[in-house]
Amino acid sequence: MAEVLEISEPEAVRREAVARRGFLNRMRRGGGVLGQALVPIVLAMIVTGLILAIMGKNPFTFYDQMFSSGLFNWQGFEQTIIRMAPLLLMGAGLIVAFTAGIWNIGGDGQFLMAVAIVCGIGPSLMSAVPRALGLIILLVVSFVVGGLWTLLPAFLKARYALNEIITSLMMAFIGISLADLLIKGPFRTHLNTVPQTNVIPFQKLLPAIPGTNIHIGILLALVVVGVIYWAMTRTGFGLRMRVLGANPRAAVHSGISVFKMTMVGFFLSGALIGLAGGTEILGVWGYVRADWNPGWGFVMFAIVFLARLNMLACIPIVGFLAVVQLGGHTAAQNVGVPDDFILLFVALILLFMAVTDLLRTGRLFGRKPKEIVSVVTTAGRLEATDD
Amino acid sequence: MTPLGVVESVAAVSAEPAATSAIELIGITKAFPGVVANDDVSLRISCGEVHCLLGENGAGKSTLMNVLSGMYQADSGQIKIDDQVVEIDSPKRALELGIGTVYQHSTLIPVMTVIENLMLGMGSGVRLPLKTSLAGLQKLASSLGIEVDPFAVTGRLALGQQQQIEIVKALWHGSKFLILDEPTSMLTPQGIAELGELIKQLKAQGLAIVFITHKLREALDLGDRISILRRGRLVAALGPDELRAGSREEIQGKIIGLMFGQEKAQLADVAEIRDELTGRRGRQLKTAPILEIEGVSVEPRRGEVGVHDVSLAVKTGEIMGVAGVDGNGQRELAEAIAGQRHIAGGHIKFLGHPITHLSVAKRQQLGLRYVTDDRLGEGIVSSVDVATNLVLKRIGQRPFWRSGGRVCTPVIQETARELVEEFDIRTPSVTTDCGTLSGGNLQKVVLARELSFGPKFVVYNKPTYGLDVKTTMAVRERIRKIAEKDEVAALLISTDLEELLDVCDRIAVLFRGKITGVVDNQPGAAEEIGRLMIGGGE
Amino acid sequence: MTEAFWTALIAGAILAGMPLLLGGLGETIAERAGLLTIGLEGYMLFGGYVGFVAALYSHSSAVGLIASLVAGVVASLIMMFFCVRWRVDQIVVGIGILFLFEGITSVAQRAQFGTTYPRLGNVPVVKIPLLDRIPGFGPSLFSQPLIVYLSFLLVVVIWWVLKYTNVGLSLRAAGEKPKALDVSGVSVVKVRSVAALITGALAGLGGGYMAIIGAGIFVPFMTHGAGFISIVVAMLGRGKSGLVLVGAFIFGLTVSVGTALQIVGVSISTDIINMLPFLIVMLALVLLARQSVLPGALAVPYKREGH
Repeated sequence: MAEVLEISEPEAVRREAVARRGFLNRMRRGGGVLGQALVPIVLAMIVTGLILAIMGKNPFTFYDQMFSSGLFNWQGFEQTIIRMAPLLLMGAGLIVAFTAGIWNIGGDGQFLMAVAIVCGIGPSLMSAVPRALGLIILLVVSFVVGGLWTLLPAFLKARYALNEIITSLMMAFIGISLADLLIKGPFRTHLNTVPQTNVIPFQKLLPAIPGTNIHIGILLALVVVGVIYWAMTRTGFGLRMRVLGANPRAAVHSGISVFKMTMVGFFLSGALIGLAGGTEILGVWGYVRADWNPGWGFVMFAIVFLARLNMLACIPIVGFLAVVQLGGHTAAQNVGVPDDFILLFVALILLFMAVTDLLRTGRLFGRKPKEIVSVVTTAGRLEATDD
Repeated sequence: MTPLGVVESVAAVSAEPAATSAIELIGITKAFPGVVANDDVSLRISCGEVHCLLGENGAGKSTLMNVLSGMYQADSGQIKIDDQVVEIDSPKRALELGIGTVYQHSTLIPVMTVIENLMLGMGSGVRLPLKTSLAGLQKLASSLGIEVDPFAVTGRLALGQQQQIEIVKALWHGSKFLILDEPTSMLTPQGIAELGELIKQLKAQGLAIVFITHKLREALDLGDRISILRRGRLVAALGPDELRAGSREEIQGKIIGLMFGQEKAQLADVAEIRDELTGRRGRQLKTAPILEIEGVSVEPRRGEVGVHDVSLAVKTGEIMGVAGVDGNGQRELAEAIAGQRHIAGGHIKFLGHPITHLSVAKRQQLGLRYVTDDRLGEGIVSSVDVATNLVLKRIGQRPFWRSGGRVCTPVIQETARELVEEFDIRTPSVTTDCGTLSGGNLQKVVLARELSFGPKFVVYNKPTYGLDVKTTMAVRERIRKIAEKDEVAALLISTDLEELLDVCDRIAVLFRGKITGVVDNQPGAAEEIGRLMIGGGE
Repeated sequence: MTEAFWTALIAGAILAGMPLLLGGLGETIAERAGLLTIGLEGYMLFGGYVGFVAALYSHSSAVGLIASLVAGVVASLIMMFFCVRWRVDQIVVGIGILFLFEGITSVAQRAQFGTTYPRLGNVPVVKIPLLDRIPGFGPSLFSQPLIVYLSFLLVVVIWWVLKYTNVGLSLRAAGEKPKALDVSGVSVVKVRSVAALITGALAGLGGGYMAIIGAGIFVPFMTHGAGFISIVVAMLGRGKSGLVLVGAFIFGLTVSVGTALQIVGVSISTDIINMLPFLIVMLALVLLARQSVLPGALAVPYKREGH
């Protein structure tokens, strides 16, 4: 008869076997994540295929088009890599936030505000200073603007424990409208009648990797992802963020300044998303048109969950998303379904992922479901009510 | 049954004293992953008796009663009521069968009124049965001799009163069998006496009372029949005759032997069987205070009492106890000293220096430590490994982290191994996720962390709550030892009076957020403390 | 200010506020029961689309509204199974629901109507005699489609149900302390399931109102944050349906004030009009940051240990 009150031996041994030691084990774990990500993706593909069939379209043609134009075609492949740059940065931003227990839903607002400011001051700046200096300044500006746009929800959460899902979302709507106002107003170009900003000429944008059309933004993104990964897993700062996200009360108890960590975490998250905006503008467009909103914030949300908040696993999964977005866009046009079809596909991935994770562990990646204290709550209250 | 049902059934039972109902549990087995909580337990509960279920923490008492109350289903075994096999597959079914339960942790909704709590799940039809419920409450309360305001907000009532309402709720459906799971853990000595009276009255009215406890004294005081559980098994069932055969000491000794196994019968300092100590302390202490609290107040949050104008001074190397019923401001006081709570008034001095505005981290470094009672919720991070949890309050500090911020895992793990050895923490390795450890080992982790790296003063909040006897003794021993040898002073907050009398030099009493008195640990301290716990010299 | 201004203001406030009222009432019920419906906007879109199509083909707004209610119930089945029965995280599922119905309604609309946006005719209006002749706001407030008056009635009904009925008490217990409900013999899963479906019904109806009566057309993503504003309205209302009514129409005013000003010739860019409700929400949240009271067990799935 097993000893009362002691842990069960088989369980402990199993957990020991999954110990986070050594590079090989880490790689294995990362691989495990990808393997698990595969199931919901495949299920989503099947269901989406069925929907296509019901609509009278050929699913195989659709998927074939999607992958061949996104992956197996050199130009398409280049486009996919180019698209990965801003998505990876956004993913890093979201993962940083979630690690600290922050639900930064307002990514689109942070993204667009950074884009608007960069496009607003960019053209005049780039004609006044050398290219390299100008690009660096603009990237830093996009970083800072994105971070600043989180300050209000961050403060409300840090000081008053105000639920940040609602506040960051409201800021997103405000940011999207404000960006449009700026683009149609003070930043508007006088060179034509289209509501857009002035253009940074192509030769002044981010340089390409020699031999390709891929701008170096992807390298920047990979470096940033690596740095963030290192910081989150190997430093005291990263541990503080992880503790804050895993157990805010234990964070208070351990002497971690919840206020400081929340503000910094939120800022960093928004800043990375802003940087994504800067990278996309400075790498691809050089200008922005009013009412432009690719809406990657919400989609990346699903992706980082699919990657189980693991920065390394995010890279291939973001690659997959880029293929789906770009290849899917072409395929959708050719097959004759609207673009928003992709939204459906991603939604299915999210829902299937929730189900498969539930079936495996009974919980969503071993985290307790978020306990909502309130939108409005007593001052200084940090812990969730438990039941 | 209607709320009035109990009164009717009570009348019926009293009219025929010979016809008593009984529940029989036959071969109940219930296992959870890694633990067999109940192993082939059989016992009989009869009306008109108080049947005590005795056993130390973790013996399986609550699990057995959860099976009876419908919260759990047994893996194997049978339950019979009046010789008829029954299936208790939900709390609803248990209530229908006449089984009412008062759980260890409150099942009342604090923001709702008393009558709302009682009407929950009662009505059939659309409208709330307010009128009939008020009438039923009136009848039931007077038959039990208690006073209740139906429209009081439950969360604002005293704990003793809340418990009375839980008993009313348990009897609401006309129950014949009342289960009380550790009912005295939240009560003052006077409240315990009142509960005893109520139980006697219910017994006289023909109900069966099942009284679950780990306190031997209570079982002997109240029980007509005592069933002893140890590690999931029923090791003895003592009926009324056996309980009268011999002096109280003899029976106590016999029961302890059964509770812990014969080889541990000589555990003379098990809290339960010890009479009041006679001036155990009388140590020579330096008079220099290490911690001074003056006029400290803490704002209460929802459901709390707060702390009001509290002043205390703890000497170097002294163990100062804080007695009081749970919920009188203990948590707030502990957190205020640790730095987790904002102080609304007054100041705190540590080693002569004011620390009122110092952060938690700074106080840690000065040697002020806090062993929290909320091990899982606050003390550790379950998804992080044991080694990291052991250095959780030293994040970023050398030698565990380098000046760049980079972590030195080997150093952390080496230190962790030493601590695991020293504190006897049972874990497969230091890299196991902390959340897999049992309650006792979690407490050891928290202790190991707080008591390492030169502690000077430790706030212990209920450090032995819910632990088995062996671990409990080890913890108390360690608190004493470091106080005597290393002059580590302590503020020991506990709801267990025996523990305080065992360990402390002086004992302060906390009542409704105020210190009603400080008592030297001398003969007669227990009565004085009991008096102060209900408000002192009023 | 002219009659035209007031009429535009109030009529516009009702037009914009009604979906928020219905969504807010739905979310109030959900929150009282312990559910957080981040996907509310998805319910609205689905109800809006289905209701619109039904109204279009049946030439009856009543049929359309009923269809939108049913569509909302169907949409909320996801929440019911995933979150209440299977205890999956409510927020992740909520976002999934949001995407799903954004995607479904957008694709379906494009597939069915291509790039045209068919318009519905005007909706029959019920005039309350005498009251509708009050100068200033009479005509706008007292000649509204039946659904508006029914919604006001609903505010009272919900208040009464939450306070005075068994169902209401069980609902509140499910949100405050589900264990208390469980030991009283009531199925927490059943109560929360019913709550989830009612939320879907009301939100779907709100979306239907938006498409059929508010706009007369269905445009993909037309809710533009209305679902989230409803959530805020419900939270600020703290379980009191009367406050939800007030909040919904205050936010409705922020939307209509822009249009009303345009009518009297003050020109404000659409971007500012778009921003206004969200700015007001942020302002409200900042000002009211110090108050509280949400159900204790909000967004936490209930699990009876040992099962």
